[in-house]
Amino acid sequence: MQTPPTGHQSPLILEMRSITKEFPGVKALADVNLAVRAGEIHAICGENGAGKSTLMKVLSGVYPHGTYTGDIYFQGAVQSFRDINASEQAGIVIIHQELALIPELSIMENIFLGNEPTRFGIIDWAAARVRAMELLARVGLADSPDTPIKEIGVGKQQLVEIAKALNKSVKLLILDEPTAALNESDSQHLLDLIRGLKGKGITSIMISHKLNEIEQVADSITILRDGESIETLDVANDGVNEDRIIKGMVGRTLESRFPDHTPQIGEKFFEVNHWNVAHPQIPDRMVCKDSSFFVRRGEIVGFAGLMGAGRTELARSIFGRSYGKFVSGTITLNGQDIVLRNVAQAIDAGLGYVTEDRKTLGLNLLDDIKATTVAANLKEISPRSIVDRNREFEVAEHYRKTLRTKTPSVEEGVNKLSGGNQQKVVLAKWMFTQPDLLILDEPTRGIDVGAKFEIYGIIQELANQGKGVIVISSELPELLGLSDRIYTIFEGAVTGVVDKSEATPEHLMRLMTSSRVPA
Amino acid sequence: MNAIKQLFGGNTRQFGMIFALVALVVFFQIMTEGVTLTSGNLMNLLNGNAYILILAIGMVLVIIAGHIDLSVGSIAAFVGITVALAIRDWDLPWWAGVLLGLALGAVIGAWQGFWVAYIGIPAFIVTLAGMMLFRGLNQFVGKSNTIPVPEDFQYLGAGYLPEIGPNTGYNNLTVLLGLATVALVVTMGLRGRAKAARLGAVVAPMWVQATKLALISAAILYATYLFATGRPGTSLPIPGIILIGLVLFYGFISSRTVIGRHIYAVGGNRHAAELSGVRSKKVNFMVMMNMAILAGLAGMIFVGRSTASGPSDGMMWELDAIAAVFIGGAAVTGGVGTVVGSIIGGLVMAVLNNGLQLLGVGADATQIIKGLVLLAAVAFDVYNKSQGKPSITGMLSRGLLTKNKPQAEAVEAAEDKIPTRA
Repeated sequence: MQTPPTGHQSPLILEMRSITKEFPGVKALADVNLAVRAGEIHAICGENGAGKSTLMKVLSGVYPHGTYTGDIYFQGAVQSFRDINASEQAGIVIIHQELALIPELSIMENIFLGNEPTRFGIIDWAAARVRAMELLARVGLADSPDTPIKEIGVGKQQLVEIAKALNKSVKLLILDEPTAALNESDSQHLLDLIRGLKGKGITSIMISHKLNEIEQVADSITILRDGESIETLDVANDGVNEDRIIKGMVGRTLESRFPDHTPQIGEKFFEVNHWNVAHPQIPDRMVCKDSSFFVRRGEIVGFAGLMGAGRTELARSIFGRSYGKFVSGTITLNGQDIVLRNVAQAIDAGLGYVTEDRKTLGLNLLDDIKATTVAANLKEISPRSIVDRNREFEVAEHYRKTLRTKTPSVEEGVNKLSGGNQQKVVLAKWMFTQPDLLILDEPTRGIDVGAKFEIYGIIQELANQGKGVIVISSELPELLGLSDRIYTIFEGAVTGVVDKSEATPEHLMRLMTSSRVPA
Repeated sequence: MNAIKQLFGGNTRQFGMIFALVALVVFFQIMTEGVTLTSGNLMNLLNGNAYILILAIGMVLVIIAGHIDLSVGSIAAFVGITVALAIRDWDLPWWAGVLLGLALGAVIGAWQGFWVAYIGIPAFIVTLAGMMLFRGLNQFVGKSNTIPVPEDFQYLGAGYLPEIGPNTGYNNLTVLLGLATVALVVTMGLRGRAKAARLGAVVAPMWVQATKLALISAAILYATYLFATGRPGTSLPIPGIILIGLVLFYGFISSRTVIGRHIYAVGGNRHAAELSGVRSKKVNFMVMMNMAILAGLAGMIFVGRSTASGPSDGMMWELDAIAAVFIGGAAVTGGVGTVVGSIIGGLVMAVLNNGLQLLGVGADATQIIKGLVLLAAVAFDVYNKSQGKPSITGMLSRGLLTKNKPQAEAVEAAEDKIPTRA
């Protein structure tokens, strides 16, 4: 066993060497290196899918030792964590973006969940209370420890998570998008707290899409791209700013992964103006803020934004108010103001929406291909409300042939298909509704490269038929290759629109990570 | 071996429940020395179980949509007593009583559907409340008395088709009904095959189709013979005719109409259904309402058979109906199940009950055996699914009345022939 080399400033507390993690068919991490010095705040940056969360799951034992290759050195020793408990024993605590708190239990009960102080096997609530008060004081939370979690905001919940971590005598704290759901002042409080913990010798790893925050608090930054570690920047010495980080995040070239396509763009036919939508459960939290955009016939419009920016919320709130609480705004289709109160009305008006999550929102996995193909336009093949199963078969066969879906028969269950072929069936379902405007939410997620190329071809063909297409994607190269025009969305607001000819990854990334619209 | 595979769709296990039913009948036929398959016993079996099977039809739709209904027995009892009282006190003719009962069922169903669909209370809670509520209303309205119904109303639950035409020694109407059914089955089977072939789908060889139709026809003709040759004045019983009508109707609705598709869609994945334009609230409302209407009908048929409505009618019916549905291949999580499957499940329980009774097995042992059968049937299905093998559910959810079935089977049969497949 060798000891890890030490850094030039303070010793390394953590070193991950040549970490490679594969999932069936995908290499999520390829030879990734990460070195974190004791007592620093180390940021990890990268686009969606760059491998940030996977790397943290390897570190925290979610993916146990043996399911990846490479070595983890923590506090000078090689570690082989079997599970999260093992990594917590060593002093590594991860706080996930989706908080792991029980809403019905109190702050105190949550802090000690799974780690209850006991005397003779009985929980010692008196000791717990004293300890809880101490911890809450450290994170700057003034609420009573008996307050139920569901009654405090996300910002305070985040602090409870940190208190919980402190209780486990954390040495390395991992925060995955800690400020994603927080407002400005809560975010600031949290960042101050992380800085304060640093003063007390606690090392932090922070994953964030908000580059201004990273610039503010991080001591060093490791950039991941396509599952590889690209570089590690020293904030103080390397003169790091947002542009420098963005360059590292997107610095790849566009390959010719797209079919040739000459857009035939017609007149503007679909327009959304001043669209405001509130969160379905929290009425004063806006998920869409005064968003306006339009689509022309034959045009492929991209929606760029980082995860959680509100792209899906925008699309679904337009698609028959299937998300959130409508507040205000107008939709104009072919010069007419229209109101779409439910999905059926949206479909009738000529809208289609291909969901981002095929398995939970897009498909009934119990159905076969033919039933799925006609599911959104049953009435077309059902005179007098009776399903004409011969027509159903014909329609499904037609789309199977034109989209080249690989399946032994249209009687096959959709759960037996690969991701790419499932997506073709979903596309067929929406093409059969004959939409004027088709919204595609992450149309190529979880699909291999060959099938992606085919899906792009289908999208372009739809545009050629004079339909408007909106593509929501987290992959910038995909948007740049496919779209004629790209809107950027940040925290629920449209922050810019860029023509294909002027779009660069750096420019888009800037608009996607900041509400400040550059001159 | 290959021939049998082709005939039964490549996987004999898929027909497990039908085989279980046939095996049960054969077993009891032998054990009872021929009493099981006699006219009298079959009529008893049908009359004594028709109301449970009718409930199972409604229940399978509720379960496919992802809910449950615990109140059906109480609703049946409440509707039964109200109708009996209305006929006695207001001198209603029998048909007006039936209409009143169906309307009352609809109102009750709308009440429960409202809470389930529009307020979003789990059906388990709503119908648990309904179970107490309508049981109480039955005893409140009837003052815990037994109310007799007149003879013409009893026809509904214990009547037979009239004797018409020349004296052939058979019940002529039953014979006609049987022959008509055979003709219908054969025509539909052959037409479906022709259509599928015209569309270019793979169809099973003619001899497979022919054997299948011959088997079904023989079964129908044998049943016709038994029902037509009972003691004079009997025939296929009226509850049986109502049941067959309902099975055909709801089988069609569930597999062939837009609303049927929507029920499966909501149960299979409500979010996906809603994002495809399905109004899931309306669907949920309708299945709950439909269930209560059928419960009302079942209650009236039972009252007709037992000649009076009492305070403890319909006790535990909901559980018998739910058992039938799950034995028939439905999934607790929704989205899976068929009307025909549930009827077969109900018949398995009914034959078991009847056969054990004929053998003189006590009620205690009968309960134990029925409980184990329910557990075994579902366990078998769950095990098969966990092994990645096709389940009974898979077969039943494809539907027994579908005309595309031969073609689906042919595909499977063809796949089975591929040598590389394990």
